[in-house]
Amino acid sequence: MSAEPGTPNSVVVDRVSKVFNPGTSGEVEALTDIELTVTKGEFVSLIGPSGCGKSTLLRLIGNLIEPTAGTVLVNGKSAAQARLDQEYGMAFQQAGLFEWRTVARNIELPLELKGWDKARRRERAGQMLDLVQLSDFARHMPWQLSGGMQQRVAIARALAADPPLLLMDEPFGALDEMTREHMQAELLRIRSITGTSVVFVTHSIPEAVYLSDRVVVMSPRPGRITDVVDVALGARRSEDTREDATFFAKITEVREALRRVEGHVPVRGGVDDR
Amino acid sequence: MNARRVVAVVLPPLVLGVAAVAAWELLVQLLDLKPYFLPSPSSIADAFSGNVDRIWSAVRVSGTNALIGLLGGVVLGVAVSFLLMRFDLLNELANPMAVALNAVPIVVVVSIFQNWYPSTSEMPRRLIVAVVVYFIVLVNVSKGLRGVHATHLELLRSLAASPWAVLVKARIPNAVPFLFTALKIAAPTAVITAFVAEYFGGRQNGLGYFIPSNFAGSKNAMAWAYVLGACALGLAFYLISILLERLINKQSGPRPGGA
Repeated sequence: MSAEPGTPNSVVVDRVSKVFNPGTSGEVEALTDIELTVTKGEFVSLIGPSGCGKSTLLRLIGNLIEPTAGTVLVNGKSAAQARLDQEYGMAFQQAGLFEWRTVARNIELPLELKGWDKARRRERAGQMLDLVQLSDFARHMPWQLSGGMQQRVAIARALAADPPLLLMDEPFGALDEMTREHMQAELLRIRSITGTSVVFVTHSIPEAVYLSDRVVVMSPRPGRITDVVDVALGARRSEDTREDATFFAKITEVREALRRVEGHVPVRGGVDDR
Repeated sequence: MNARRVVAVVLPPLVLGVAAVAAWELLVQLLDLKPYFLPSPSSIADAFSGNVDRIWSAVRVSGTNALIGLLGGVVLGVAVSFLLMRFDLLNELANPMAVALNAVPIVVVVSIFQNWYPSTSEMPRRLIVAVVVYFIVLVNVSKGLRGVHATHLELLRSLAASPWAVLVKARIPNAVPFLFTALKIAAPTAVITAFVAEYFGGRQNGLGYFIPSNFAGSKNAMAWAYVLGACALGLAFYLISILLERLINKQSGPRPGGA
């Protein structure tokens, strides 16, 4: 997954810290001294117990919040400029579809904001629906779709403007186990077509290992990166991968990294062991 | 809905209504109740059919007052909710003031408005309806404009949406079901408020005047005939607001948790 020479890294996080409510009694040191590089086309997961700042880090990359110290570059631009240029798409734990819009019109939203004309939007939404295999549901309303289907629409929306980077905040966290595994396979299939770089926040160890090239392990209070596990399961993952010995070995590696994080304080329920 | 379901929905209340009217008639005849106590349905029907023109004219006066007040109140309520959404400070100032103003009894406000206008003017009545409707619309539409889902706001920020785009793509569509909820409450309330305002002075031309004055003159059957007109007017306003909501929902589907 090394980048071609000359292409900027998808994400460069350089000595970033984030303090919420500085100078008040509610001051929280959410992240401290974070260094992270995501190369072009790479899939990186952020994992850690609740309060480790993984969602905060994702929001810093997306410029939804500003760092207290340090710099964030996305595709060679400042995070703020990258956001203005729609250099990334974002998907959240809740699909967040606009319930008053049809499925197709939800996917068109980023394109509307970019000023695309109607015909071009229609065409693009059609292609995206093909990609996520929901072509029959273009004119449905979101509430007529299952949770997994809604999440697929959200992914199609995030990728509609063909951004080089996808930021995902526990997108499958609200789905049941079966749907979740199906969605993971779907995400890998879609990415194999688009080649998008992905930063993926999760608290499921198997999910992180199954999807990622690298798993970044974080610890709380203050949030920092404690380990990076290279997964290297190869590009051709399938349902068989889930029963593979290497897969289990990597799961163990991530789990032990997390155990070191939690140290002698056992954090039950913080990380999903499934 | 197929014919059978229509029958299943319409038949029970229809039967009950007819039975109630029949029982009423029977009660008046058997117990020989005096008309000043309770007129029989048949005498009310006579009074109604003999005075359709007069009742219709009173319905038109009250209906116009209610409608103009309703429209004015909706426009004002929507406009102010946009202002309050834009300026947080204004919102903090206006909210307690709105609550305080709303606690002033209609009767008091009516007298104040009537002092502003000549006694033949319909304006005070329309104003009071507008004020009552305004509060209902303001509270609901503000909730819709402000209560946009956090994920929607984050998404729009991630897409570098301008404040204008956030308003048009998220806040306004989110507020639409709230507006209809407000209308469903406000439409019948507008009619009732118009009656009350007509009762408290001004020109003697609306239902709010004729109903009590006929009772006072012991023309009870006539008063009840006007009441019938008032019921029809209230129902018409309610039905129109429901119809409007249906039309909008047809385009966007029901919204679980929308309103």
